[in-house]
Amino acid sequence: MIHYNKFTLANGLRVIVHEDHTTPMAVLNVLYDVGSRDEEPERTGFAHLFEHLMFGGSVNIPDYDEPLQMAGGENNAFTTSDLTNYYVQLPAENIETAFWLESDRMLSLAFGEKSLDVQRKVVIEEFKEHYINKPYGDVWHKMRQLAYSTHPYRWMTIGKELSHIETASLADVKAFFFKYYRPVNAILVAAGKVTTEQVKALAEKWFGDIPAGEKYQRQIPVEPPQTAAHKLEVKANVPLDALYKCYHIYPRQDKRYYAADLVSDILGGGSSSRLHQVLVKEKKLFSNIECYHFGTLDAGLLTIEGKLVKGVKMKDAEKAIQEELSKLQQTVIPERELQKVKNRVESLLAFEDMSLLNRANNLAFYELMGDAALMNTEFENYETVTTEDIHREANIIFNEKNSNTIYYYADNQI
Amino acid sequence: MNRKNAPAIKDAVEFDITLKPYEKFTLDNGIPVYVVKSDEQDTLQLEMIFPAGSWYEQESQIAAATNFLMKNGSSQHSALQINESIEYFGAYLNRNSFHENATYTLHCLTKHTAQLLPLLQEVIQDPAFAGEELAIYQQNMKQRLAVNLQKCDFVANRYIDKYLFGDFHPYGRVSTMMAYDALQPESLHAFYQKHYTYNNCKIFVAGHLPDDMIPMLNKYFGATKWNGESALLRPELPIQIADEKRHRIFNDENGVQGAVRVARHFPNRYHPDFPKMLVLNTILGGYFGSRLMSNIREDKGYTYGIHSQLYNFRQTSALNIQTEAGRDVCEATIEEIYKELARLQQEPIPAEELSLVRNYMIGTILGDLDGAFQVIQRWKSLILNDLDENYFYNNIRVIKTITAEELQHLAQQYLTPSEFYELVVI
Repeated sequence: MIHYNKFTLANGLRVIVHEDHTTPMAVLNVLYDVGSRDEEPERTGFAHLFEHLMFGGSVNIPDYDEPLQMAGGENNAFTTSDLTNYYVQLPAENIETAFWLESDRMLSLAFGEKSLDVQRKVVIEEFKEHYINKPYGDVWHKMRQLAYSTHPYRWMTIGKELSHIETASLADVKAFFFKYYRPVNAILVAAGKVTTEQVKALAEKWFGDIPAGEKYQRQIPVEPPQTAAHKLEVKANVPLDALYKCYHIYPRQDKRYYAADLVSDILGGGSSSRLHQVLVKEKKLFSNIECYHFGTLDAGLLTIEGKLVKGVKMKDAEKAIQEELSKLQQTVIPERELQKVKNRVESLLAFEDMSLLNRANNLAFYELMGDAALMNTEFENYETVTTEDIHREANIIFNEKNSNTIYYYADNQI
Repeated sequence: MNRKNAPAIKDAVEFDITLKPYEKFTLDNGIPVYVVKSDEQDTLQLEMIFPAGSWYEQESQIAAATNFLMKNGSSQHSALQINESIEYFGAYLNRNSFHENATYTLHCLTKHTAQLLPLLQEVIQDPAFAGEELAIYQQNMKQRLAVNLQKCDFVANRYIDKYLFGDFHPYGRVSTMMAYDALQPESLHAFYQKHYTYNNCKIFVAGHLPDDMIPMLNKYFGATKWNGESALLRPELPIQIADEKRHRIFNDENGVQGAVRVARHFPNRYHPDFPKMLVLNTILGGYFGSRLMSNIREDKGYTYGIHSQLYNFRQTSALNIQTEAGRDVCEATIEEIYKELARLQQEPIPAEELSLVRNYMIGTILGDLDGAFQVIQRWKSLILNDLDENYFYNNIRVIKTITAEELQHLAQQYLTPSEFYELVVI
């Protein structure tokens, strides 16, 4: 049970306080309700590039990091397809430094030409490091385009292509900031050795006078249901053939999401999971196989990916996966197996909650979904899933028409 | 309120950092158990540590393979049965093999401890090393290696350690297809028999312990002299350093980035310069505001990130600067690295910067000691290196008191560009 207090400033900024007096530290977490799903198709990668620019100095403070490090603090940020999240951890005595820094960059950035210039280059190197210069690095670029026809999840958060990042202008940056980075679109969480009274006073003092901004109306095109299987063959300079299969699942707040999540764990969670046991250990068709999804707010993809043992034919590997999926469709799983994946979730949530930073991140995330209180009832959503739910969802999800497959062939040999 | 003025801060030197003490228990057969309790959460971490790292292996990859395969089946149960039982309780049993030690770490909800300890006992005391499990391991590790060998950063890490320590030294030795092919169940079993014995075992526990934790540990790990007594010698192994310092390797003709490594030897943690170098390393490349990050990422935009680190190896250490930079700017990156090394030799660190780094380091340590799982990590590192809390407090003292003159002197002694190995792998 995570305890917290919640209040809203006059400008619409939602503030959550999670007191934990067992730690000497404090965390300040700022979540902005904008991710790569909010981008224009011709200007992808912008939300993430913008995250980098948030460290290029704000209207009154030329350097974000220096004063924070001077206060004994550390920070970082991440951008997903759904949101952008910034966090600071520092000794609780110095929490006001974090309020000062975060409020100034919510007030306004410095919008320097040099910062944009450098961060464009940095992001391009990040793009190369993770998605070009790695074997199989381009697979998600291809898979998103294969699986989505309409929804902005069809591009990666880092961007669809380098040129979109290269051509970002300072005017774009300013427009983006004043549209999305306003108090009304943000959630602030203060956690650790702080008191609610103290946080109320600090939030009022530093964030109270920032203009509210306008709540924008998110109008994301809805992905139509997929009606035919999509397949793509790729040949690349990699040592092993690989197989990727993705199936559309449900939005994060759909009741059926939890069954889908447990399905992915039954197939791919741990060394006793079905795909590992049958395909790696018994049939020896794959050297590794995973099943996962990203937990996106809009309907995401349940993914099965594996590298084939050398000499195994793609057709045979795919058939063996299909057999495992068919088993889930035909036979209701044993109660013990369902209990196992529920126990894994219970344990995972408990270990996540150990970290102050995770608690602060999660409170902001659940508040974004509508109410921070959801964090405390999350496990109940899993507990109510039945073996019949798993059976039904396996039949819906693993419908051939709902599948997207990439056959990734090695064009040279080890 | 003037937003240009920073709020007052409490300075790092004023923070009183204390390392929460551990409790020590001794099992009936003599196994030491180090415990840091915290009852705020319902979670437990239990780590069993053996001197079974690559230092002790006669054939490459034996230590890692032994460590990995202990979990894959016992004389009583298959790998699947063991994994299913552990995962049924939502627990994680991770294993790791390092240069010195090999570990088994259990993470679980406290309420499941009693059901999990017998499983852990079986994994630790009764592994089967079945030939079929080894064959799957060999095949999968070879496939993984094939993929990794296409990554410039992976290849660069192998080469730089080879230059620093030599092919035959455990710090420089690398995995190869041949080494995986050569593994035999008998040699794994022999390595296991010699290193995973009761008298070589240490146990570290943190978190919320069940009331009868020590009696339970005694029942499963303290009652017998399991695997017998084995006296281990830890021979000193000489490093063999490469003569040539400058290396350029083409691994992928279409590569769009190069992995850059600039590294040199450095004394181990027992040397008085070691804690001082931790401070100098932070200034150079150990945090986001470091000299290397500020110049090469935040000013030039050559890379997504550049870092320097001090190896924590027991026999000898090294200072290693590493980055992945655009293919066309790798040489310019190396040039800038040398400029930064020279600048640290020529100019004293400005007072403001030194004060910032002190505060940053102390703030980080304070955060790192937050919670029993973190505290036991510190203790483990001290105990396994035959050190005590005085070492920890001395490091804090150095961070708080080292002067700009000392740091400049240290830079002059250790940061001379010509003494560094440099490598680019494209």
